[in-house]
Amino acid sequence: MTFNSFLQNLANGISLGSLYALIAIGYTMVYGILRLINFAHGDLVMLGSYFAFYGVSMFFLPWWAAFFFAVALTAGVGVVMEKVAYRPLRDFPRINLFTAAVAVSFLLENLAIVIFGGRPNAFSRPPFMDKMLNIGSVTFVSYTPIIIAVSLVLFIGLILIINHTKAGTAMRALSKDIETTGLMGVNTNKIIMFAFMLGSSLAAVGGILWAIKFPQINPLMGVMPGLKAFVAAVLGGIGNVGGAMIGGLLLGIVEIMLVAFFPSLSGYRDAFSYAILILLLLFRPTGIMGEVQPEKV
Amino acid sequence: MKLNRNTILTIITLIVIVLLLFLGETFLNPYYKRILNLCAIYAMFAVTFNLIFGYTGQFSLGHAGFAAIGAYTAALLTLSPDQKAVNFFLKPIVPLLEKVEAPFIIALIAGGLLTTVISLLIAWPALRLRGDYLAIATLGFSEIIRVLLVNMQSLTNGALGLKGIPGYTNLFWSWGCLAVCIFVVKRLVDSSYGRAMSAVRDDEVAAEALGVNLFMHKMMAFGVSSFFVGVAGGLMANLISTIDPKVFLFTLTYQIVGVTVMGGMGSLTGSVISACLYTVFLEALRPLESQFTIGSITIPGIPGMRMVIFSILLLLVILFYRKGLMGRNEFSWDGLFRFFRRITKKDEKATEGKKS
Repeated sequence: MTFNSFLQNLANGISLGSLYALIAIGYTMVYGILRLINFAHGDLVMLGSYFAFYGVSMFFLPWWAAFFFAVALTAGVGVVMEKVAYRPLRDFPRINLFTAAVAVSFLLENLAIVIFGGRPNAFSRPPFMDKMLNIGSVTFVSYTPIIIAVSLVLFIGLILIINHTKAGTAMRALSKDIETTGLMGVNTNKIIMFAFMLGSSLAAVGGILWAIKFPQINPLMGVMPGLKAFVAAVLGGIGNVGGAMIGGLLLGIVEIMLVAFFPSLSGYRDAFSYAILILLLLFRPTGIMGEVQPEKV
Repeated sequence: MKLNRNTILTIITLIVIVLLLFLGETFLNPYYKRILNLCAIYAMFAVTFNLIFGYTGQFSLGHAGFAAIGAYTAALLTLSPDQKAVNFFLKPIVPLLEKVEAPFIIALIAGGLLTTVISLLIAWPALRLRGDYLAIATLGFSEIIRVLLVNMQSLTNGALGLKGIPGYTNLFWSWGCLAVCIFVVKRLVDSSYGRAMSAVRDDEVAAEALGVNLFMHKMMAFGVSSFFVGVAGGLMANLISTIDPKVFLFTLTYQIVGVTVMGGMGSLTGSVISACLYTVFLEALRPLESQFTIGSITIPGIPGMRMVIFSILLLLVILFYRKGLMGRNEFSWDGLFRFFRRITKKDEKATEGKKS
């Protein structure tokens, strides 16, 4: 492999990895606070791209307005999901919460099939994202650096929110202990809602960028990225936002590189990421950045 | 054996069920038979998930993958050599399996045993993990199995799947296997092993301190459960007669979890009832997805509508019947009589209240 194609693959891996990371953050934030694997999160990715698609193709919005509305709408769906399906079950056995997530996931997927139709749609990129860029002797399609840049800005913004705002501090407190944080005067419901809003909007951004990278959208498109992002979240240490970013990037780069170096193994690409996950779980169950939680008796 | 009321009632019920199955097998049309068969298969899935999660507390999401192993084994063993030649046109099948054709019972048992072996190999390292991490690892294994099925062209025919599997599954096979499955699982959870499993579920640390061998009991639940998952997979392959890796996506596992939770964690009766309700209900809603006419208006079918309704119902059950339909209760004659007595008493009280 030449150095150039290595760089190309690396850029490709980083852009795929940033998408995984954007989606993984939502999983990890929800898990950190509620200890819930929110399997409906992948479907928010799908909703984000569909909202953007309809904004452009049905309401003839300019792309930036469509993207903005798509993110806002998806965040709304995320908040409603939490309020209707998860909040009433917060104090019940976790299997109920998990099943609720499964039900919500089925509901979103099939509602999408009913409303948007089961056939795939072609997502049209904004024109400036289709250009070929030459940097030195390496050629990129312009969406690759855009995806990386957008994700980077969002990561930095999110880290600032989590570490330097009141809501962020409250979120970190909640992930340690919901009850005590409530007793300290934090409005837990509001903060959990805020976390869902943040996670869902990041998922929507991830979905739109995903549709830009792979411009064919269908109601089940969120399932695979959702599962991969979930793997990424666990790799990084579920419940840890920084870990989700690292896990996502790692997964994206490793996947692309595996296929680039061993083209004959490309059929096993998905199996490979699960194998990494299982190996990591066996040797370091809390993931790369996760904290070891002492067992309470 | 002393014949008391309950034993007699049980024997009568069993005879009635066998008679009904016999009548169903001879007189029902294939469509209804297929639904009844599916009920039994889903009930087996739910009962086995209940053993692993409801009784032993190990959150395993590997059901789809395990069912796939059973299904492919049974399918490859029951396919006739001619059909195999038709199926494997891209790449010839491995020579070992080319001429094999086994009777159904051997295919089912082989499927179950292979599933057990593979699941125990998976469980051996994975059971060191707890809670959600176990769920993630088993989900990962299940997906790995599926990817392997897609890629092992000469063994599984890859993404094309296997077609023309003989439809050996009939009501006797499916409900018979379900009966054996329920019998074994019930005996197991009522034995001292089962008590130990419940202890593991309720508190691992305390159970270990009391001398329960955690690993052995978890492995036992895993092994028994996956044997029957494999058998159910084999039944399913010989019922739907066409399988491909997409049948065994992890959404199948989710459905099984949904069905089991709806029935009640730790209630085998609940699992069976909920599996039957789920299957019949989904079929009953099928007209929604095909074109139908009311008067002179033709309404086009809405694909996806059944699952929308199902998921809303699942959500409602979880939100309002938090313990599922049966909670942790099992069906028993005493319970049934108590139930009727309570109802009649309520009626008497109500009528008395009106009189005075």
